[in-house]
Amino acid sequence: MPKPHAAAGKAANKGWTPEGGAPLSGLYSATRTIMTLSDTAGAGPHVSRKEGKLEKRIAEARDWSNAEIVGRTITIDRPRAEVFAFWRDFQNLARFMENIERVNVLDAKRSHWVVKAPGDDSVEWDAILTEEIENEVLAWASAPDADIKHEGRVEFRDGPPGRGTEVKVVLAYEAPGGSVGKLIAKLFQKEPQIQARRDLRRLKQLLEAGEISTTEAPAAAPRAKH
Amino acid sequence: MRALTYHGKHDVRVDTVPDPQIVNPRDAIIRITSTAICGSDLHLFDGYIPSLEKGDVLGHEFMGEVVDVGSGAAHKLKIGQKVVIPFTISCGACFFCKKLQYAACDNSVPAEKADLGEKAYGYPMTGAFGYAHLTGGYAGGQAEYARVPYADVGPLIVPDGIDDEKVLFLSDILPTGWMAAVNCEIEDGDTVAVWGCGPVGLFAIQSAFLLGAHRVIAIDHYPHRLELARKLGAETLNYHDVNLQEALFEITAGIGPDACIDAVGLEAHGFSVDNIIDAAKASVKLGTDRPHVLREVIMACRKGGRVSVPGVYGGVGDAMPIGAFMEKGLTMKTGQTHVQKYMPELLKMVLEDRIDTTFLISHRLPLEEAPNGYKMFKKEQNDVTKVVLKPH
Repeated sequence: MPKPHAAAGKAANKGWTPEGGAPLSGLYSATRTIMTLSDTAGAGPHVSRKEGKLEKRIAEARDWSNAEIVGRTITIDRPRAEVFAFWRDFQNLARFMENIERVNVLDAKRSHWVVKAPGDDSVEWDAILTEEIENEVLAWASAPDADIKHEGRVEFRDGPPGRGTEVKVVLAYEAPGGSVGKLIAKLFQKEPQIQARRDLRRLKQLLEAGEISTTEAPAAAPRAKH
Repeated sequence: MRALTYHGKHDVRVDTVPDPQIVNPRDAIIRITSTAICGSDLHLFDGYIPSLEKGDVLGHEFMGEVVDVGSGAAHKLKIGQKVVIPFTISCGACFFCKKLQYAACDNSVPAEKADLGEKAYGYPMTGAFGYAHLTGGYAGGQAEYARVPYADVGPLIVPDGIDDEKVLFLSDILPTGWMAAVNCEIEDGDTVAVWGCGPVGLFAIQSAFLLGAHRVIAIDHYPHRLELARKLGAETLNYHDVNLQEALFEITAGIGPDACIDAVGLEAHGFSVDNIIDAAKASVKLGTDRPHVLREVIMACRKGGRVSVPGVYGGVGDAMPIGAFMEKGLTMKTGQTHVQKYMPELLKMVLEDRIDTTFLISHRLPLEEAPNGYKMFKKEQNDVTKVVLKPH
C-alpha cells in the first residue's frame, strides 16, 4: 500500500513542477495546469525525477551551472489591485521576506537588492523588471553583470467569488559554489520551499491582519531559561 | 514576572521570566487576576502533545485587567477594563475568521511555526495560548501577565463588579462544552450521551439541556463527577458497572443516543482490550492517542446520528470502527472551539444566571502552588474538578 500522506506531502511541494519549457513563464503556466489536477497525490517520486530534468533545462537555457526552483501559491483575502500594488513596490519585499534587508527602487525597471549575510556582511545585486501586466503578472531577473543569478515571477488571480487573490510565486536561481554559494543558501535557507512558504505566509498576515504574527522571545513570548 | 513553565514530562515549575511587552500594534498586555488549569493542560503535563518545549509558559484559561494597549487595539480596549481572554488567537480578518471559524484562523501562527501544522495536519494550525509550538508558541496565562495579540478581536470585556469566577470559564471550557452541544444539532425528543464528566463534559450536559435535549446520559467512572452530572439533570452510567453498549441500547429502547459527545479525548481511562493496547503503544511512542472513547461513541450512536468531538486529540489513532461510522450514516463534527463566536451569547446567559459554572471550582491556589495544582488535578480527579490560580 502506498502511504497517501507522504505522497500528498511531496506532491504539495512539487505540484507546480511543469511538464516542460525552460522559461519561467512556461514553468508558470504548466504549474497552473498541474495545480488544477486532483491526481498529483500519487505522483511523488515521478514528479521528483522530472523536477531534476526541469532544473537542468532551466540552467542550460540561461547558461547557469545549475538551477534551484521554488514555487508556492497562497490566497490573500484582499483585492487583487492592492496585492499587486504592494508587490510592485519592490521595497516592500523586505517587509515579509525574512532574509532581505532592503530593496531600493532605482527607476521604473531597476531595483537594488541587499540580502543579509552572516556577521555584518551582505550581498547585493540589481534586478530588472522583465514583465509587468498590471494586476496580473510581475517578473524580474538579476542584471546580467550581477554576482547572483536569480529570476522571479508572480501571478495574481482572483480567487473564487469573495475569496480574495491567489498569488503564485516561482523563483529560480543559480546556486554557485564557494562563499557566494553559502550566501545564496542562506538567502533561501536549506529548504528553499520552506523559506518561500514562510515568506508568503508573512505577506498574507501583513496584508490581511495588518501585522506579522510573532512569538519571538523574550518580549513577544517570555519563556524560562532551561 | 512569575510564570508556570514546562520543564519536562510531569515537571512544571514556577519561574521568574521576562515581562511580556507590546510588540505589534494590535497587542494588549493583561495583568492576570484568575487563571485555571485545564484538562488539556494535563495532556501537556503527561507529554502527549508534540512540539512542547522546555521553558514554555503554560495556561490558556485566563482573565485579568488591561494594563497596556497597542495603537491597533486602542479603539476596542481601554486600560483598566476587565477582560476574559479566549484561548484561541484569531486575527479577525482572514477567510476563516470572517466565517466565524476563529479556531481555524490562518494568520495567528507565526510563519516560522506554520510548517509544523502543515506537516502534522496538512495545513498550518491556529494560534493558542500556552499550548506548544504547533499552535504558535505563544506564552500562556498561568503567569502574572500575558501578551494578548489581536486584542481588538479576542478579549471579551466584562461589566464592572462581576466576580472573576463567574466568567473565567468563558475563556475555554464553557464555550467548548457549548460548541460540543451545538455540534449535536439537537432536535426535539433527542437523547444526548456525554462521555466524560470533566469540566467540558459537565458544561456540555448543561448546554445540551439549554439547547433542547430531552434526556442527557452522562458517562464516567468517578462517583463525584457523576454526582455533579446528576445535579445538572443528567442520568448517569458508571462504565465500571455496566456494559455501556447494552445499557445505552436499553435506556433508549433500542434506538440509541441521537447524538454522542466524546469529552474525554486522547487519554481515555478504562480497562478494555483496545485501550490497554493503545496505552502500551503510547508508552513506547508507537502512537500518541488512545481513542478508546471515540470508538465507543461511534458504536453507541444511533443510525443517522451525530458524533461531536471536543476532544482533545493530537496525533494518530488506529482501529477506528470505520464500518460502523459509514454503515450507520453518522455525521461527525469536531474542532477546537470558535471561542470568540460563542462568548457574547454565553456571557449574556451567565449574567442572566441561566448558566452557572462556579460549582465546578474545587480548589483555589496562589500561582506559586501551581505545580502542586497540576499534580492534584492529575491524581485526584474524583475530588479535584477545577483548580483556579490567583497570580496577584
